[in-house]
Order: sequence, then structure tokens, then C-alpha cells
Amino acid sequence: MTAVSTTPHRTRRLSATPGQIALALAIACFLLFFLVLPVATVLYVAFTEKGTGSFTLVNFYDFARTELFMRSLWNSFYVSAMSVVWASVLALPLAYLTTRFAFRGAALVQTLGFLPLIMPPFVGAVAMQLFFGRNGSINLLLDDWFGFKIGFMEGLNGVIFVQSVHYFPFILINLSAALRNIDRAMEEAAQNLGSSGLRLFRRIVFPLALPGYLAGASLVFVKVFDDLATPLLLNVKDMLAPQAYLRVTSIGIADPMGYVISVVLVVASVLAMWLSALALKGRDYATTQRGGGGLAKRRMTPWEAALGYGVVILILALVLAPHLGLLLLSFATVWSFSPLPDGFTTAHYLRVFGESSLYIKNTLIYASIAGGIDVVLGVAIAYLVLRTKLVGREWLDWAASAALAIPGVVLGIGYLRTYYGITLPDGTPLATLWITIVLALAIRRLPYALRACYAALQQISVSLEEAAENLGATKARTVRRIVVPLMAGGILAGFVTSFSTAAVELSATLMLVQSNSDAPLAYGLYVFMQSAAGRGPGAALGVVAVVLVALCTLLSHLIIERSQKAKGMGH
Amino acid sequence: MNATMPPSVATASVEIEGVNLSYGANHVLKDVDLSIRPGEYFAFLGPSGCGKTTLLRLIAGFNEADTGRVLIGGRDISSLPPWKRDVGMVFQSYALWPHMSVRRNVAFGLEERRLPRAEIERRVSVALDLVGLGHLAERRPSQLSGGQQQRVAVARTIAVEPKVLLLDEPLSNLDAKMRVQVRRELRDLQQRLGLTTIFVTHDQEEANTICDRIAVMNDGVVQQVGTPMELYERPANLFVANFLGTANILAGKMAGSGPGRHFVIDGGIAIPVPAEISVPDGAKLVFRPQHAELREADAAPGDDLALPCIITHREFLGASVRYGVRIGASEAAVDVPFQSGKDLREIGAKATLALSPRSLRWLCG
Repeated sequence: MTAVSTTPHRTRRLSATPGQIALALAIACFLLFFLVLPVATVLYVAFTEKGTGSFTLVNFYDFARTELFMRSLWNSFYVSAMSVVWASVLALPLAYLTTRFAFRGAALVQTLGFLPLIMPPFVGAVAMQLFFGRNGSINLLLDDWFGFKIGFMEGLNGVIFVQSVHYFPFILINLSAALRNIDRAMEEAAQNLGSSGLRLFRRIVFPLALPGYLAGASLVFVKVFDDLATPLLLNVKDMLAPQAYLRVTSIGIADPMGYVISVVLVVASVLAMWLSALALKGRDYATTQRGGGGLAKRRMTPWEAALGYGVVILILALVLAPHLGLLLLSFATVWSFSPLPDGFTTAHYLRVFGESSLYIKNTLIYASIAGGIDVVLGVAIAYLVLRTKLVGREWLDWAASAALAIPGVVLGIGYLRTYYGITLPDGTPLATLWITIVLALAIRRLPYALRACYAALQQISVSLEEAAENLGATKARTVRRIVVPLMAGGILAGFVTSFSTAAVELSATLMLVQSNSDAPLAYGLYVFMQSAAGRGPGAALGVVAVVLVALCTLLSHLIIERSQKAKGMGH
Repeated sequence: MNATMPPSVATASVEIEGVNLSYGANHVLKDVDLSIRPGEYFAFLGPSGCGKTTLLRLIAGFNEADTGRVLIGGRDISSLPPWKRDVGMVFQSYALWPHMSVRRNVAFGLEERRLPRAEIERRVSVALDLVGLGHLAERRPSQLSGGQQQRVAVARTIAVEPKVLLLDEPLSNLDAKMRVQVRRELRDLQQRLGLTTIFVTHDQEEANTICDRIAVMNDGVVQQVGTPMELYERPANLFVANFLGTANILAGKMAGSGPGRHFVIDGGIAIPVPAEISVPDGAKLVFRPQHAELREADAAPGDDLALPCIITHREFLGASVRYGVRIGASEAAVDVPFQSGKDLREIGAKATLALSPRSLRWLCG
């Protein structure tokens, strides 16, 4: 070295560029105003005395003293736990059969298994009632042939039935992935040491797949616990989420009980997630290694095959029942006290595309904006966390992910309380603007979009960016020209997930819709389904929603596959 | 001094008789016959896709042969499931169960054999001490280094005192330094236990340095079985000659018959063929670079064959210099010991390639 430097040796490198700091602050503000503040308001109201604002636990005392609330709390736990049990009963055979046996139609099972996810449970609830209710198709036939009925849909059973049929794919997907990720050598090593059959399953396969199962099961529990629309549509009011909604809408936003219930909902969600995280700690058992495939697939004997196909067909029939019922209902003239509709008509669709097309238009606008916000925030947060040394960057990630633990009804109540008092110059409260619905949707879906962006960015080697910087590109230009194009597939996946789930989201929306002209599709569906006469158009609207979401999902799959092929990542 | 005794081992022979195996149209093993002696350290050596791992998994019972059988200690085990075979296998990925501690991993096979608890504990300690990991028994596999994981996998397998030990590329997941150390440890352990061991590898150096005998495989066929020296000195065919060490292979044709037979290398140079050597049709001339010498272009041949050649390449390797030479239309490599102070030959210079007739072989592909 010939050049002698006079600068001190301890050259401190800045932890971030000004642009990055500005970006982080902007994101932090967004999360503060539309997630932290509303939730904090809910907490504040729950823990303060009405009117005075001083700290009190009296609201919780009132909650514990009211028989209806305690019954609702117990019912919510019971329904969630039983939904997990029945969802497991549906998911376990499918996961086991498709991953452990050379099973014809395994791909079909895995695909159909996803089907319930494109339709939220409340959409199919009425259709399920028509198939499985006291005077539904199945019970009418059972009564005709054998002289008895089964109370599939009676009270809480109905909620459990509908929820488990809708949410079992979460367990199926996680458990199948866990089973597939077990290196074949794990099983062979046990066989080599003298283990076989059930003992092998109990000691090696089951413990290795357990984390996947728990992840799926806790997700089902939380989803069911937070769901508002399904119990309401099935006319079950003594559960927590419906109680929170009813208190706030019927008694008013000043009544503290709605907030107390909200706190209980949040605590239950956080507790369930914390417990599953605790159980999963240190058990990242993805054991597939170089050259190792999943578990060995065995051929089935004819008897096993007959039994296997029987089970699969039964489960798939159950899975398809809400969709089939919805389709029939949307074309039915009258369908009551008969196994099938009396006659068929297209009038419901005409009505939906005529006077109700506003719902569809609103949904497309809201879901697109929400999806857009989510991917922009998702990419920005993922980039800040993975690629910069900005102090406190993890906080953004944690805050955005914390939205997972906030039930929609709680967020809705929080928005109402926080932004009802703040008005525009002309006197309109902020909480009544349609953009509030969009922001709630965006916050609710942000964690999913964020994970998609995270995964996409993690796959990009840092050296690709360093090469760009080495050739003279600034940080900002590197992001625009290298990072974002490479992340395109993941960004799109994040957008579509956000878009399609926001399109059928109801729990926050139900609280925030102020006039019919601002209502999205899910809200319209809910309103229609309230009356017997509205069921036909409601079902037609439901079919439109399902088709919309299904098309989006398919489209994103195709685009992602193509972009992966183009990048030479696929096979 | 360690008071515990190593596990007692009943060494067994392994016989593989007439084994064929196909996956659909893909014929993976073709008429494999092998006889492995009790206590032998035996290697299956070949390039990837040659069927060596398939053959190992066949012995362990994870693959089923279409024809033929496997005998261990004279007993036919072909129809036994893997868990009744009593052959210990160390997997390439080690396959340590992440949800169990090291101790539980090693105890697993003994528990499956329903041994008394005290006996299990004793044998787990012995096995772990044997690989020098007694102090890490309570760790999880993920907390161990690659080399330590490998030793746990070995301990887990020998704890059940198998009749035969199977090692599937046991060194491939280790870095270069660890490889040399572990292969010595494996050899020492095998010697101490006297355990019949089969070792699968694609690395000729690994096989050469530690194995008693090697079966060289290619394309599902056992090409040759022998000690490392036999395979190097007397390869049975062009594949073995080329796979073990470097070989010069010169194409040509036989001319004449009887005592005056010649092998004419492509390009016109003729070499007399000793009477006792039989040269099959289509055979090529093979010799090792170390067995040739380079002399001056006009040097007297003496007893050796003298082939005129031109230097085309030169690589300095430290202890020796490797010259590339052209003989007629063929290329060959010659290793010359490096003598300091002596000038290297120039590229383009003429020279004489001297070969002892004893170092020549004629082999088919």
C-alpha cells in the first residue's frame, strides 16, 4: 500500500441510508395508525371506567358475572376444540393415504382438499343447512328410508360441522408437507435397526410429523374461535365473536362489554399461537437431505385400496357438499322440505348481475387496493429486515405479523371507536368512509402477503444484488432492476392471496359497512342470506365469489409456474 | 484405560448370487455375483449410477432383487424384511432422528430388540465410548458437527452388534481433512471389531487406502474384484484401467500372426506382441504414465520398446513432471520424476518413449 490515509481507522458505516429510514418510518406510521392504535383503543376502553377514564377491572368482573358471556366463552372453546378434532378426523386419512401409499388420484385429493379454502365457511353454511339440516336432503332421505334423523346442524354441532369441513385443509396441507419432508433414510434407519409397523410409526414417523400437525391444528383453532359470520348465519348467538358484534351493533359503541369480549378474543388467539409455538420450539424437523426423497410409498393390497378409496370418496363428497349445495341453491326456484329443489331458474343471477353488481364492483376495488397495499408493505418490510441493518427493523416485522392474532371483529370495533369521533370538514366521521374497509382488509391480510414476500426475497442470493452494486447501481436502482423482478412470482402470490381472501372477508367488514352502496360482496351475501327469499340471489352471489377467487388462484398458479420455469428454477 | 469391552462380533460372510434388478426398463444390476469373506473390509467402487448403492440397499433389504439371492453367514436372507436382517447400515445422510438425543438414537435398535434396560445402557455407553462421544450423549443431533454426527450414526449401528456393517458413502458429507481422519477411524474400528464391512464409494482413493478388496462396478455390472494392487497392476478391462489411476489407451490393429505378431498403433507405429499374451479382437494398448520413460530422440532402445514421439504439453506436479506426447496419431501421458537442476523438455521437441514390454496390456472396453 503506497497511499497513506489520514482518516481514522474506525470508520463507522451508517446503519442505513436516509431513504431506508424514511421508508421504515412511513411503514411504522401506517401500522401505528391502522393496527396498533385501534387495538390499543379497544384495550383502553376495556380496562377503563365508562365516562371517567380511570383504570378498572370492573368490566371484566361484569363479564365473568354474566351467565350469557361465560356460556359464550365456553361454547367458543368447545366449538373450536371440536372443530380441530373433526378437522383432524377428515385430514389424517387423506394425508396418510396420499403420502404413504402409491395412491391413484393422490394429486386429485390434494387439489380438492384445497377447495374449501377458496370459500369462507359462512358462504356454504346455508347450503350445508339445506343438505344436512333437520329438514335437509340427507335427513329427509334418512327419515324416509329408516325413520330417524341425525342432528348434524343442531345448534353448536352445525357450527362445528361447517367449520371442520372448511378448515381441515390447514391440517391436511401442514401434515402432508411434514410427512413428505421426512427423509426416507429416517424410516429405513429404524427398519435397519429392527423396527417395523406401528412401532415404527409411533416412534419415528409420528413424532417427526407432529410439528406440522400442531401448526395446522392451532391455525384451525384460532380461525374458528375468531369467526363471526358462520355462527351468525347458523343463528348461533351464544359464542364470543357474535356477542362482541351484537353488543356493539345493538347497544352501541360506548358499551364496554364489546371491548371486554374483544380482549378475551385477542388473549385466546395469542394463547393458542403461543402454545403451538412453544410446542414447536426447537423442532424444525425438515429432514429431507441431498438425494433423499420422502417416505417410501407402498403399494396397497386390494382390500386396503377398497377401504382407502371408500374413505377418500366419502370425505371428498363432504368437502364438495357446500359447493354443490350453493350451486343448486343459486339456480333453485324453491328448495324447502325436499331433497332437491322444486325447479330451476336463472333469475337469481340476473338479479345479482343487475341491481347487485355494485357489490361485485366494490369488492374488486377494495380487494385490489388492499392487495396492492399489502405487497408494497410486504416487499418493503421484507427488504428492510433481510437486507439492511436498520435498528429496530424486526419491530416492523413483528407488528405486521401481530395482525394475525387480532380477530377481524376486534379490528372493526377498534376502527369504529378510534375514528368515529374524528370527522372530515363536512362532518362525516372517518370511520364511515369506504377506505376504512380497505385499510382493515389490508391490515388483516398483511401477514400472509409479508410471508410470501419474505420467502421470495430469501431465495434471491445476495451476490446478485452485490453484482449490480459492483457495476454501479445504487441501492434503490438495484431494488428496482434486480430485486423486484426476481421477486415477481412471490409478490404476485402475495397479492393474489391477499386479494382473494380479502374478497370474501366478512368479520371486520361487517362492523365497518355503513351504507349498502359501500358494501362489498361478502356483506351483500350475508344480508341476502338473512331472509328465506334472499337465499337464491345470495347463493348466486356466493357462486360468483367462489368463481372469482378460484380464477385468481388458478391464474397466480399459472403465472408463478411460468416465471419459475423461465428462471430455470422448476423442473 | 477403558474398562469396557468392545461389542463381541460374530463375523459373517456375504454371498451375492446371480442378482438382477430392474426399475421398469432400466436394468440396474446385471448378474451380480460376489463373495465377501468374514471380517473383510470390502468396497463397492464405481461412478454414480453404476448400481453400487442399489446393491448395498439390496443387502439391507430396502431393494428387492428380480432374480438371485443374498446369503449372510451361509443363510439365505433374501425374503426377510429389513428389520429382521441383522445387517447394520450407516446412511449417507446419517439419518439421525432429530427428535431424540444422541443416547436415545443409539439405544433405539437395542430397545427394538427388547433388551433389559441395564443391558441397553451398558451397550449404549460402550458404543459411544468406542467412537469417543460418551460425553455428548445428551445432545441433540443438530448440536453436533458433521464428523460427530457421522460417529453417532456408526455407534447407533454397531450397538446392535450386526453381522455385517454397510457404509453408504460415509465420507461424502465431510470436508477433505475430516475425510482422511474418519476413514482411518473407520478402518481402526473395523479392525478392532473384526466386523465384515461393505463400503460404498465413488472415490478410488478412499477405496484404495482402507479396503482389503474392491469390486469395481459400472453400468450395473461388476467389472473386476481384487485387492487395490491387483486392480491397479492387472486391470481386467479398459474401464477398470481408466477408473483406477490414469491410463494411456492407444487404439490400433493386430497385424501378422505367430511369433511375428505386431500391434499397429493408429498412425502406423508397430509394436511386437510377446508370444504369451493373447490379444482379443478390438483390444487397445494400455500402459500407465509412470511405467514409461522419456529418452533422447536417438537413444539406443536396449530391451525396451522405443516409440518416436513429440512433446505436446508439460505440467509440473512437484514430485514429477507430466508430459503429454504424440505418438503417430495418438496422445499419451508420461510421468517423469522431477530432478532439481535438470532442464525440462521443451514443447515441440522430439523424444523417444521407452516402454518395458512387461508393462503393456491389451484390454477391451
